[in-house]
Amino acid sequence: MNEAAPNQQLVQFHNVNYTLPNAPEPIISDLNLSVAAGETLVLLGESGSGKTTTLKFVNRLLVPTSGEVVVEGKSTMAWDPIALRRRIGYVIQEGGLFPHFTIARNVGLVPSLLAWDKERVDSRVEELLALVGLEPRIFTNRLPKELSGGQRQRAGVARALAADPPLLLLDEPFGALDPLTRASLQREFADLSKRLGKTAILVTHDVREALLLGTRIGLMHRGRLLLLETPDRFLASDNPQARAYLDTLTVTDHAGGAK
Amino acid sequence: MSFWQFLKLNWSELLLLIGQHVNLVLIAIVVAVVIGVPTGILLTRHRALRGPVLGIANVMQTIPSLALFGFLIPLPFIGGIGARTALVALVVYSLLPIIRNTITGILGVEPSVREAAVAMGMTDGQVLRQVELPLAMGVIVTGIRVATVIAVGVTTIAAAVGAGGLGVYIFRGLRQYDNNLLLAGALSSALLALIADFSLGLLQRRPKLVPVAAAVIILLIGVLTWRGGSSSTDQVTIGSKDFTESVLLAEIVAQMLEARGVSVERRFELGGNLPHDALVSGTMDLYPEYTGTAYTAILHHPPISDPRAVYDQTKQEYADKFQVDVSAPIGFENTFAILIRGADARALNLKTISEAAPHTAKWRAGFGQDFMSREDGYPGFSKTYGLKFAEVREMDLSLTYIALSSRQVDLIAGNSTEGRIATMDLFQLADDRRYFPPYEAVYLVRQDTLQRVPALREVLAKLANAISTEEMRRLNYEIDGNRRDPKEVVRQWIGGKQ
Repeated sequence: MNEAAPNQQLVQFHNVNYTLPNAPEPIISDLNLSVAAGETLVLLGESGSGKTTTLKFVNRLLVPTSGEVVVEGKSTMAWDPIALRRRIGYVIQEGGLFPHFTIARNVGLVPSLLAWDKERVDSRVEELLALVGLEPRIFTNRLPKELSGGQRQRAGVARALAADPPLLLLDEPFGALDPLTRASLQREFADLSKRLGKTAILVTHDVREALLLGTRIGLMHRGRLLLLETPDRFLASDNPQARAYLDTLTVTDHAGGAK
Repeated sequence: MSFWQFLKLNWSELLLLIGQHVNLVLIAIVVAVVIGVPTGILLTRHRALRGPVLGIANVMQTIPSLALFGFLIPLPFIGGIGARTALVALVVYSLLPIIRNTITGILGVEPSVREAAVAMGMTDGQVLRQVELPLAMGVIVTGIRVATVIAVGVTTIAAAVGAGGLGVYIFRGLRQYDNNLLLAGALSSALLALIADFSLGLLQRRPKLVPVAAAVIILLIGVLTWRGGSSSTDQVTIGSKDFTESVLLAEIVAQMLEARGVSVERRFELGGNLPHDALVSGTMDLYPEYTGTAYTAILHHPPISDPRAVYDQTKQEYADKFQVDVSAPIGFENTFAILIRGADARALNLKTISEAAPHTAKWRAGFGQDFMSREDGYPGFSKTYGLKFAEVREMDLSLTYIALSSRQVDLIAGNSTEGRIATMDLFQLADDRRYFPPYEAVYLVRQDTLQRVPALREVLAKLANAISTEEMRRLNYEIDGNRRDPKEVVRQWIGGKQ
């Protein structure tokens, strides 16, 4: 089911720069990055570091000022943006669900846009709701506002997976959840992405989440990619920014009395 | 007559007016939505256009309606007399709230929701139709609701351009001091506004009903328009000004033409100079006028007192300037009539204003605002006859008659054809120094209509010198005093002539 061969580079950033006319410094500077098929790349950084901007280049919500972003071997500028976006699952905080659509209609959105017939959409929606742990009988006809934050997030993931895209983009997907729900959803997502073999780029400011979910972690700071390492080597890094993150981890753990 | 009796007698006419009113409002709102919502959508896409377009819509809404009618009537296609002009004005007044709320509604959609829609691979059209419009619908419907309630009120003005609606009752009621007419018009209009507000409020809470409502509205417009839409084959359009005498004179020609097999469209009770504008622009064929008014108000000559000269000059200039023919005088004048109580006239043996002048030092006078301000009114009048009143009161013209007969005042300037002169036993003092310019009643007819409709020439010939001042007073009184239907009164009068 995965069209990309192992080791094939699904997404590549070549010398990407992004500036805004009124901003004092570039939003993104000299970004070079490759994401291999099957891996989960986590972009870690504080707000304003450029990680969300980087994500939006991939589905062409933004276009670099210079340089190019290549998806499946083709520059995003050569893609029809509509076709490109329908091949990429996108999850944002709280799921970004449409408040006036039922959960079923939200989840079945991309298949409907792709003009699947109704029966196929319906059975796919049922399959996905079950997959993300939302009982279809209960949730199909509910509106997003009738769900809890965690349930909305699950629905958001189901929507991103609906048309079986090779690539998922996740922007702080678990950011708005309480710690317990967040932890359980993170674990479930780790299982799910391993099982489905999806390639994913995930943006977070939570170093725990990065270590838990990432096959590689890219540390971003003021528009630059400072570090790109596997979780093991990230833990051992002596980069001061990385250390700052890792220190918060220890403090939090002591404070929480865990470990 | 009690209000209930009035309703019992006039319910069919009232229903017709309500139907016209509803139809005008519905068509105007549908057109305003069809123009306003896409314009609003466009303005959310082109920020630079937003200021200028909203500015124009804003300015348009501040134009007074009668002025707007004045601009519109001479225009081809959208202008003229009748529903079209009224609709254009109504649409103009309805656009602003609809455009503004469309913009507010769409820009109010959560940015993250819009971004999610784009990121899911929706095209611009899909984002608009599936996400932005449904989420903005509540705010847009509020705009339509505001526009509709405004339109129900503004549509009362439509009567001024002959488009019908409840304004007909309101204007007529104001003119004739008939509270029943006023009440029927105003109450119905208020009721319509409430119903519209309630229905649209319902739609706001249940947006799923919008398509159903749209279907009902289209159907309603269809039914109402079909009922009133049989007038397209009319051969002659006859207009009148907004007072009883003008309506009567217009109705006389209308009925005489109909008796000769000519179909007639009536555009009666038009405000201001609209009949003149309509006649000159060709959307009307004929209306009754007074030589003095045409001579001073339309042709802008200073007033003179020789009736012959005024008539000849007016006829000549109308033919040259407007290709409009002035008919032979109908036989009476409607000029300012200086009136005193009949009892006083007999006791003091007064016949003329000059004879009355010595008494005025002891008299109180009551004059309408019009008479106090116009060029041929009070200042020149008092100077010509050397009058000095004990007191001059400025009051509403129609109230001066009552004030005179109830001895609140002793002399007034009324209209010479006012029906109450006879019934209140008032006496008209002769204008022996011929101060007042002549106001002979005539018909103004387009020359091309006279060519096209030979029966019209015959009718106008019959009406030359056909109505005396006394007879006009009696006819006016039948309407204003006895509250009879003008059509009925005219039918009787024509029957009696033949």
